[in-house]
Amino acid sequence: MLEERISQIKSEIIFYGKFIENMIDKSIKGLLQKNKEMLMEVIEIDEAKANEIESEIEELLISSIAQYEPRAKNLRIIIMALKINNDLERIGDHAVNISESGIYLIERPQVKPLLDIPRMAEEAKKVLIDCIESFITENVELARSVCERDNVIDDLKSQIIRELVTYISANPDTIERSFHLMRIANNLERIADLSTNISEDVIFIVDGVNIKHHRLEDNQ
Amino acid sequence: MESTVLEVKNFSAFYDRVAAVRNISMDFYTNRITAIMGPSGCGKSTFIRSINRMHELTPNAGVSGEILLDKVNIYSMSPILVRRKIGMVFQRPNPFPTMSIYENVTSGYRLNGIKLSKHERDSIVEDSLRKASLWDEVKDYLHRKGTFLSGGQQQRLCIARALAVKPEILLLDEPTSALDPKATNSIEKLIVELKQTVTVIIVTHNIAQAARVSDYTAFLFLGELIEYGLTDKMFTTPKDKRTEEYLTGKFG
Amino acid sequence: MNNGIKLRIIKNSIFKILVILVSFILVIPLFLIFFYIFKMGISSINIDFLINLPKPVGETGGGVSNAIIGTFMLIILSSIVSVPLGIAAGVFLSENRSSKLAGITSSCIEIIQGVPSIVIGIIAYVWVVKPMGSFTALSGSIALAIIMLPVIVKSTEETLILIPHSLKEAALSLGVPYYKVIIRVILPSGLSGILTGILLSLARISGETAPLLFTAFGNPFMNLNLLKPVNSLPLLIFNYAASPYPEWHSIAWGASFVLIALVLVLNLTAKGIARKWKVQF
Repeated sequence: MLEERISQIKSEIIFYGKFIENMIDKSIKGLLQKNKEMLMEVIEIDEAKANEIESEIEELLISSIAQYEPRAKNLRIIIMALKINNDLERIGDHAVNISESGIYLIERPQVKPLLDIPRMAEEAKKVLIDCIESFITENVELARSVCERDNVIDDLKSQIIRELVTYISANPDTIERSFHLMRIANNLERIADLSTNISEDVIFIVDGVNIKHHRLEDNQ
Repeated sequence: MESTVLEVKNFSAFYDRVAAVRNISMDFYTNRITAIMGPSGCGKSTFIRSINRMHELTPNAGVSGEILLDKVNIYSMSPILVRRKIGMVFQRPNPFPTMSIYENVTSGYRLNGIKLSKHERDSIVEDSLRKASLWDEVKDYLHRKGTFLSGGQQQRLCIARALAVKPEILLLDEPTSALDPKATNSIEKLIVELKQTVTVIIVTHNIAQAARVSDYTAFLFLGELIEYGLTDKMFTTPKDKRTEEYLTGKFG
Repeated sequence: MNNGIKLRIIKNSIFKILVILVSFILVIPLFLIFFYIFKMGISSINIDFLINLPKPVGETGGGVSNAIIGTFMLIILSSIVSVPLGIAAGVFLSENRSSKLAGITSSCIEIIQGVPSIVIGIIAYVWVVKPMGSFTALSGSIALAIIMLPVIVKSTEETLILIPHSLKEAALSLGVPYYKVIIRVILPSGLSGILTGILLSLARISGETAPLLFTAFGNPFMNLNLLKPVNSLPLLIFNYAASPYPEWHSIAWGASFVLIALVLVLNLTAKGIARKWKVQF
């Protein structure tokens, strides 16, 4: 009964995670391939769908609590799934932000070749996939590695911003385009942050230890 | 869309002309588990016992209104026929003490004088015990008395006995109230599996149990049907204030 | 404090010893009776005693086979009358506890139980012997049946009342008609109690003498005809013990021994059945 419900919850989260991952994918692909339709799809169709899935999962989780009165690990899983669900929805919002900036950018000349952004997106996606995977398999090692990889993405973001600042100072006309590129980098960084949150939740589920609010390094 | 197997229309049940169940109208859906919950004395047991006409065995009992099983009013049928179509399991496990496990399962046929071949009997016994998740535990002791089993096993034997006559509906009147938590757990698991085979109506005063096992829940209070709907909806967002109060432990 | 506890322990053990002593005293007469009857009766017991007919006065030897057969005949005949009736009445009483008729029936049965057995004998004489114009085994059986009846009714009722109501509900909920529920579920579940009651009532009537004096009457010959007088062990003991002949006295002792053995076997069987066939709910 509760066991079946929890595996149902997990498979819904997998589905939702895949859906959100696909949104990120499309927003970056649309930018690189200058495919406006693809970006519009993310903004107009996918976002609404993502919200819908979020409320469905939320209902499922709340009724699971009401019906089964979960305790201990089952309770941790359901409460964390509630947060993960919320985080995924926000990741979806970030994908929408990226798509919006993408639509602005694809109609204008490139400021610079898009090399770091796709790399960052690739990293962010991997982090997202891994954190979902760690939730499903309750793999603490994987979850911890996600928390560590967050730094790589932070570094990439700083690098992109530094680079863009030089472009802006060289040519003020690029301000607006650079701003959108920064926004994309920022959103990707947020995606990785939220994924890190999810990983921290996974560690809480498995070990019952809350590692939030103090850095992983401090723990070690 | 759910298909309806049992329709209750303006049904009331009385003891000495005092209504214990008042004017209930509701539909029960095929192959679904419906829980009837409510505080003690709310009429839930009377109601479920009216569904297979066991209520009328109490002296001075009476009913009004209709209960339609597949569109036929059960109060116009022979009670014996009704009870063969609507089986029942009671609070306390009550296997027949003079009969073996095997005889208990086939007792619905034996006691009614229905002759079966050995092969038919064997397959009914195995099938029913499997459905009641008891087969693996008792298959080597089929000819021992049913009363040697543990409480939980006895209750599953009673479920197998009720299933053996292939009822359309299975009524469970607080089937776990006399059992320990472990046995309760196994019975609850079984109930959820049972909906593959039959429509289940379970009366329980255990709110958590209603929440865990049922698809639909009806809340009875002072003999009246206060609220009826999908279990997950009722337990998260009940519509009636009294349901809300009952679920949050304000009374009952 | 400590003294108080000690005192209590002492009081406790004194009480215990007292209880054991009293129960021991109560058992003594039983053993004395057994011992005495055994001593007096065993010398007359042999195969001839069990299979031969009584001999006329003056001849030695002779047996009590007619009385043994007669006793069994009376027992069986009265059981045929009172067992079905008694069980039926017991079922009625346990099934309709709250009804008025059951209350009246129950009181009547208690009154019958209280009627002295000799009065029942007179009634059987008036009802059966007089209209038929002769002492008969049948009339004796009827008198004994009336004595048996309350025991069977009460033991059946008390056994059935203890059977959980849920058992009846279980059977009814399977769509079993009421009469079959009673016959196939309720009665078998109470079988050991009912059988015990029957055996105890048999033990009771097998020793009855008074009601047989003017019904079965006694008969020095072997008789298997229901419509003729028949001998029984208690009657034989009554007649022979009161006779002036010492040979007859020893036959009476032997018959007492047989009777006691019969009653003992019935009692022990009843106990055994109650224990072994006890249905666990």
